[in-house]
Amino acid sequence: MSARRIFARPARFAAIAPYVWMVLFFLVPFGFVLKISLSQTAIAQPPYEPVFDLTAGWTAIRSAFAALSIDNFRLIASDDLYVFAYLRSLTVAVTATVLLLVIGYPIAYGMARLPKRWQAVAMVLVIVPFWTSFLIRIYAWINILQHDGLLNQILLALHLVSQPVVWLSTDTAMYIGIVYSYLPFMILPLYATLAKMEPALEEAASDLGAPPWQVFWLVTFPLSLPGVGAGVLLCFIPVVGEFVIPDLLAGSNSLMIGQTLWLEFFTNKDWPVASAAAIVLLVVLLAPLLLYERLQRRQLEEQ
Amino acid sequence: MRKASRLSRFNIASLALGLAFLYLPILILVIYSFNASRLVTVWGGWSLRWYHEFFADRAMIEASWMSLRVAVASATIATLIGTLAAVALSRGERFRGRTLFSGMLYAPLVMPEVITGLSLLLLFVALNAERGFWTVTIAHTTLTMCFVAVVVQSRLGSLDRSLEEAAMDLGCAPVRAFLSVTLPLIAPAIVAGWMLAFTLSLDDLVIASFTTGPGSATLPIRIYSEVRLGVKPEINAICTLVIALIAVVIVIASLASKLSSSQGESAAPL
Repeated sequence: MSARRIFARPARFAAIAPYVWMVLFFLVPFGFVLKISLSQTAIAQPPYEPVFDLTAGWTAIRSAFAALSIDNFRLIASDDLYVFAYLRSLTVAVTATVLLLVIGYPIAYGMARLPKRWQAVAMVLVIVPFWTSFLIRIYAWINILQHDGLLNQILLALHLVSQPVVWLSTDTAMYIGIVYSYLPFMILPLYATLAKMEPALEEAASDLGAPPWQVFWLVTFPLSLPGVGAGVLLCFIPVVGEFVIPDLLAGSNSLMIGQTLWLEFFTNKDWPVASAAAIVLLVVLLAPLLLYERLQRRQLEEQ
Repeated sequence: MRKASRLSRFNIASLALGLAFLYLPILILVIYSFNASRLVTVWGGWSLRWYHEFFADRAMIEASWMSLRVAVASATIATLIGTLAAVALSRGERFRGRTLFSGMLYAPLVMPEVITGLSLLLLFVALNAERGFWTVTIAHTTLTMCFVAVVVQSRLGSLDRSLEEAAMDLGCAPVRAFLSVTLPLIAPAIVAGWMLAFTLSLDDLVIASFTTGPGSATLPIRIYSEVRLGVKPEINAICTLVIALIAVVIVIASLASKLSSSQGESAAPL
């Protein structure tokens, strides 16, 4: 037996603790979300019915099962508020992802063309903001975008506008916040594929007479598609369920699904409907999630 | 033949603008935290007034203490379990339930936080657990161990396996070979993983809001409720302190990863 195979056996035992942890705190909780999404709202603590009580015996459990209903899902499908929230979440996520790609690509491309020594520095510089608090970064933008904030002061001083512009509570502010927060997630996978690319390929294309835009469109971009895919998924999936950024920067007249869920849960205390909303969100995201999981696994296991 | 410079003017401009976009807002926030004026936007000279105000604010101090304890505890547990997961994935070859295992580890990296938070809360309610320090710690561990696993796994993947195999050919038992050969080599990645877990936990608002109980708010929860009421200079001071703390953590982590990345950065540790 090879050393590799002998090593593998105890390595497999290492899976036990994280396996148990993830089943208990990641997988099982989804079971509870599903179950409560099928329950009725009740003014009680916890605020839903039926509650499974394993000590109450078989008949009680059976009647609890019988009381499950899909009313909450019916409510979500028929209530415009929810339908619009899902649609808005998807629109915002698609728009933001496109913006991120358009803004992030030139930066990643510039990084990949730096001399090797500087590439490492640039990468640290891009990662650092990801480490500083998410909430703080959004707050920093509130400072800048508020009515008498820095942006309006600059615009007024340059006589570009005659009156302060309303930035806060607009979609513009929200998109700035999303792009600002998720930019590292887009840049890093793009940079990872662009840095690995053979420069000779681009040089060959331009030596053969292709203008720069054609070199980019026919050689560079197609070769960077794995990075584009990873970056797009890494941004798109969490943005669909984003709560903090739209809550603090966008107006309150049209909500994203993350906000609706939060409101339903914390303000209306309607746990069953919030759970049903979470299940629907999960189903919407299932395909991109599976795709992302495959990409991630392939990337880590092919090294 | 390599051309003299591959950097075009466009490349330099996009890099400069990109970095300015990433850093200016934070810089402005830090500068305004030293502003003497109560009006956030009017410059009234340098002052430490808002830092005094923060240290006099009991609720904020308590929330900061809670956040720090949660971050240390959850980062430590997450590093232990996450490293085990990384070892199993990169050295365990095939085992039953491997696909489910890696799926459960990679999904939380992108899962919207409202879903993770809600599902954990429903679990804690069903278990009748008292919500507070431990529930938030467990919730943060669940999220951050996945990041630790990815960072460590990426390091294990780029490691030369013949080293641990040589140790075993020379008569080392597998566990011994791991502890005395592999572990020292991946130690920098483990340190970087702990730091990442620490900052992620310190930062989290959504999952903590769902899983904490009355009377045990974390710092982001406090900041969030203040920010909703409007901009306050005191918040600038708190944010600057958090940034300073994280900066220290980053310096340590980047020193650690400098040791770790002798073979060059493969797969950004995100």
